Amino acid sequence: MLNPSATGTRRNMQQIRRLSSIRCRLVAFSLWCVTGLKAAAEGPQSTPSILAPASTPAHEIYGLSLFVLLITGAIFAVVAGLLVFVIIRFRERESDAQHEPAQIYGSAQVELAWTVIPVLIVVVLFLTTARIIFAIQDEPKPESALDVTVIGHQFWWEFRYPKLNIVTANELHVPVSTSQQPEPTYLRLLSADVDHSFWVPQLGGKTDLIPNHPNEMWIDPEEAGLYVGQCAQFCGIEHAKMLIRVYVDTPQQFEEWAKNQQQPGVQDAAAAEGRHIFESEACMNCHTIEGTTAHGTFGPDLTHLMSRATIAAGAAANTPRNLHAWIEDPNTFKPGALMPAMQLSDQEINEVVAYLTTLH
Amino acid sequence: MSTIPIFADENWRMPSRGRVGMFSLIIGESAIFTIFVVAYVYYIGRSTYGPTPQILDVPIFNTVCLLSSSLTIWLAEHAIERGRIRLFGAWWALTMALGIIFLGGTAVEWNKLIFTDGLTIRSNLFGTTFYSLVGLHATHVVVGLIMLSLVLIFTLIGRIEQRHAERIQVLSLYWHFVDAVWVVVFTVVYIVGR
Amino acid sequence: MADQTYPIPGSLDAAPSRGAALLEWLHSWVVTVDHKKLGILYVVYALFFLVVAGVEALAIRIQLAVPNAHFLSPELYNEFFTMHGTTMVFLVGMPILFGFANYMVPLMIGARDMAFPRLNAFSFWMTAFGGLLLYYSFIGGFGLYGMGAAPDVGWWAYAPLTAKAFSPGHATDYWALALVVSGFGTLGTAINIIATILSMRCRGMTLFRMPLFAWLMLVVSGLTLITITPLTAAQIMLVIDRYLGGHFFDTQAGGSAVVWMHFFWIFGHPEVYVLVLPAFAIANEIIPVFSRKAIFGYPAMVAASVGIAFISLTVWAHHMFTVGMTSVSNAFFVLSTMMVGIPTGIKIFNWLATLWGGRIRFATPMLFCTAFLFQFLIAGLTGIMLSVAAWDWQLHNSYFVVAHFHYVLVGAIVFCIFAAIYYWYPKVTGRMLSERLGKWHFWLFLIGFHVTFDTMHFVGLLGMPRSIYTYEADRGWGTLNMVVSIGGFVQGIAVLIFVWNLINSYFHGAKAGNDPWDAWTLEWSTPSPPPPYNFATDPVVRSRRPLWDLKHPNDPDWKYER
Ligand code: HEA
Ligand code: HEA
Ligand code: HEC
Ligand code: CUA
Ligand SMILES: [Cu+2]
Repeated sequence: MLNPSATGTRRNMQQIRRLSSIRCRLVAFSLWCVTGLKAAAEGPQSTPSILAPASTPAHEIYGLSLFVLLITGAIFAVVAGLLVFVIIRFRERESDAQHEPAQIYGSAQVELAWTVIPVLIVVVLFLTTARIIFAIQDEPKPESALDVTVIGHQFWWEFRYPKLNIVTANELHVPVSTSQQPEPTYLRLLSADVDHSFWVPQLGGKTDLIPNHPNEMWIDPEEAGLYVGQCAQFCGIEHAKMLIRVYVDTPQQFEEWAKNQQQPGVQDAAAAEGRHIFESEACMNCHTIEGTTAHGTFGPDLTHLMSRATIAAGAAANTPRNLHAWIEDPNTFKPGALMPAMQLSDQEINEVVAYLTTLH
Repeated sequence: MSTIPIFADENWRMPSRGRVGMFSLIIGESAIFTIFVVAYVYYIGRSTYGPTPQILDVPIFNTVCLLSSSLTIWLAEHAIERGRIRLFGAWWALTMALGIIFLGGTAVEWNKLIFTDGLTIRSNLFGTTFYSLVGLHATHVVVGLIMLSLVLIFTLIGRIEQRHAERIQVLSLYWHFVDAVWVVVFTVVYIVGR
Repeated sequence: MADQTYPIPGSLDAAPSRGAALLEWLHSWVVTVDHKKLGILYVVYALFFLVVAGVEALAIRIQLAVPNAHFLSPELYNEFFTMHGTTMVFLVGMPILFGFANYMVPLMIGARDMAFPRLNAFSFWMTAFGGLLLYYSFIGGFGLYGMGAAPDVGWWAYAPLTAKAFSPGHATDYWALALVVSGFGTLGTAINIIATILSMRCRGMTLFRMPLFAWLMLVVSGLTLITITPLTAAQIMLVIDRYLGGHFFDTQAGGSAVVWMHFFWIFGHPEVYVLVLPAFAIANEIIPVFSRKAIFGYPAMVAASVGIAFISLTVWAHHMFTVGMTSVSNAFFVLSTMMVGIPTGIKIFNWLATLWGGRIRFATPMLFCTAFLFQFLIAGLTGIMLSVAAWDWQLHNSYFVVAHFHYVLVGAIVFCIFAAIYYWYPKVTGRMLSERLGKWHFWLFLIGFHVTFDTMHFVGLLGMPRSIYTYEADRGWGTLNMVVSIGGFVQGIAVLIFVWNLINSYFHGAKAGNDPWDAWTLEWSTPSPPPPYNFATDPVVRSRRPLWDLKHPNDPDWKYER
């Protein structure tokens, strides 16, 4: 069992993590052998494996999961072993006598024994689980925490940083959180339409975004880099392409990024024509570009579109060609996405794309 | 061919399948009502706009009618058990009359709610839950009345005899259930929820 | 028959023409109120839909075999997984198990029919109509001009995605109405089974002398009464929302999406035990017969089943660990969920004890039951992993969950269904199924099953969510998904062999006789197939294994039973 005296402070959890990981190294090892998964690889990777945790909640869950795996593995070994033994030992043989085997109708003592042992196992499993639930869910929020409001939309994510006055989409930037300089991120989860679920496996478990039912979760990524995940609650036709990218930045990187995001949209005279089209077509009804007349909120904020590596919630790389294709017909990448094909001429689209590519 | 040895007779009696069936149905129906009641209770006071439960009047008279119909149907059961078919018919008809009065009362109430207070099923959450729950119960009253009237017709044309007592009792179980549910609905809608 | 000169009582003198005979035959099936014919109808109906939903599953697997595939459009994919799940649960699982109950329960308790034969027929046709209604949506979902608009909201159909605003058209209405209609059919059958078991037992058959099969069907029917009905209620609310403009699940008007989840899972969780208990019931009949021993710990088996049914009513929110319940509620549902493992464990151990010291005959039914034991053990243990709420925050809605429930639904239930068909087919048709084809079916299905669903666990651990119609190439899920898909097709071939076996053996199988397996319950005391009245004389029993008593007059059961 895990150290029972800890009350769920982060440092204690790290101790526990180390402790349980020693205990369970054996299980983990066999698991890796079986699956050939690169679970040992720490840090970010493009497979969002839950076996490669990189943030306290994910670590705690991982430690717990190894413990549970150990117990269930032991149960499996015993029961499956018995089954195999019985099958081999008591199968019908040529040499068997023809009369029926001895009839046994039951035995109170034996049955009691195999009731009590599972009860004990359940108690152990329950207490261990409850501890981790409380440790993660009821962790008090430190002063230094960064607040982000996450709003799920049909097939894209909106991220708002109320204290920093930043609005962005689909790609979440958070600072790295080390034990010297803890800076966990607290996510407040809302939904604009139907249920979604925020899931970046390496950073923590998932929590649903439900209209009329605000939720919270926290992460504290320990290593900089890109972590991927995606919406984990079926939310309609393009649920599969509601991807999440979390950029964990070093403190300097994060500060730079934040400073840039706080600027209004760039005014580049060379792209004035594109800007004009954007402001006179329906684009402005759905999109916001700070510093222009576009203040729509139905679609992603485009003020700093070029600071993102992908468009349409990870459906395509953010290149001028893809932008062109997207504006011509979003169905190319995401059939069913809620942005209509805008019926612009090729020339107009080129102008708009030229404008959009100035939005750094 | 089965050649199971027959052993000394013991008194082998099984419960009536009609009763077992009706009790099962009642258990299932109770589960339906439970869900609707839970929804009603959960949504009390959660409407964000529109009329509130304060506009309801407590339907005392209606309730008295429906509950006393449980008594009259019980008297009818008694009558048929003792073979007094005419008396049975009378109590039975009275039961139906009470049920119809109840339904009429509901109609009057709904008429007022819809046309005076402007509360419909689409007005707000309160409207949705109110009409669904009370309506579900009223539907059961209607179904009950249809079955009761079938029996009444058979009684009038002289097809009901003492040996049908068992079936009549099974049917009355249903009516008692509908009455009992009203107690719950009444408490939740008109007392707790108001 | 040609030289038969005397008229058969009650039949026409002149032989009817072929066409008329066919019509006559069809008519006899449509108007039948015989529990055996209805039982067969249920099973055939369910097997038909098993193939339909199986083909949907294979289409899903083709689409997912490689990243960024274009085999199915996103709409079609979403419709297929919704229809696959809904069909498998409501049109395959429930009807087939009720079919077995219909056929077997009266025979096992020595009755001549169900308690309410007409209600029985009515229930079947309601269920059948529900299935038609659901599949009609493929044609009628958007009205005549919008072909192919089946429901696409998942079998749990979370609000508010089902609201008119997010799911226009009529597909979702068909879904809701189909479940209401077949729900009433199910309710009727459950009532019927309860009444049959409680009031139609033959002389001497006390409750504690009933075969465990009958006991479990009683428990299942009781559980059905209180779980199908909440679903019906919730569906009625959904229909009110969609048609009458109600607000039960309208989050804009203060309605709650979470309330729907609760209502759905209050039904949905016990529902999975409604499906699995009949599978246990089948295992309870087959395992003793093929290990030649009485079931070990009959009273404990009964108690465990009742226990499972009760506990299963308190665990529903383990499907909702991620919706943001308080830590205390999460912990509560962890505990209640884990507690289901205790009575289930008793069952597993009692089966092992039944096998222990027996003389196990591995005929095809027993092969399937042995595999069931093994797979159910694994499935239960992955269930325990999911019940660890914190871990479930990772595993929820991932392919790990999909793997868990297919391990139960296919690895336990479908395996038991196959076992049951091999076991009782001789009774129902009078002919044995081919053992040779049976072994092929078994081994291919076993291999296909493990290739598919073992692999799925790892895809889940690598972070692949369910309900996605495609995935990015760089996620590292490609190879494993290909393996999963291949396994699906191996299962498909096995099912084809099975279907061929069913058809071929009907005409060419070896004659079965009354009691081909040397079994002990009453159904084996009457001819195969049983006559319409089931038993020539009403049977009388004095132990749980009446035929054992008959075969071993010096050593009868009733001397020893507790
Ligand atoms: C017939 C079907 C069936 C059965 C029998 C079960 C059995 C169990 N299930 Fe499963 N389950 C499903 C069908 C089933 N399930 C389906 C369809 C879903 C997904 C629905 C959806 O989202 O679409 C699901 C999802 C599901 C979840 C939600 C996952 C999620 O969505 O996040 C959970 C979580 O707790 C769970 C747990 C369990 C447990 C603990 C059992 C237990 O009953 C298992 C008990 C058995 C054992 C434990 C093994 C034997 C016991 C011993 C050898 C004794 C010793 C062991 C111990 C003491 C632990 N199941
Ligand atoms: C009894 C229940 C049952 C059964 C038996 C199955 C059987 C199978 N299931 Fe299913 N499944 C569910 C119940 C069931 N499933 C449920 C409830 C869901 C959730 C739905 C939801 O999320 O809404 C689900 C979801 C589900 C998914 C997830 C979809 C998603 O989330 O995106 C997948 C993916 O692989 C899948 C695959 C399979 C496969 C490969 C089989 C195989 O075992 C099927 C094998 C059978 C056959 C193959 C039939 C035989 C076919 C023929 C005879 C035709 C000819 C053959 C050939 C061409 C070879 N199922
Ligand atoms: C009806 C509303 C609507 C209109 C009008 C509209 N969009 Fe969009 N737009 C959206 C939505 C919704 C998305 C998100 C789609 C998704 O990812 O599923 C989006 C996404 C985008 C993206 C990708 C943003 C990102 O970061 O992923 C770009 C670029 C874009 N729109 C440009 C335009 C341009 C240019 C126009 C006008 C010519 C326009 N949009 C008009 C709704 C609209
Ligand atoms: Cu958003 Cu799935
Ligand atoms: Cu469950």
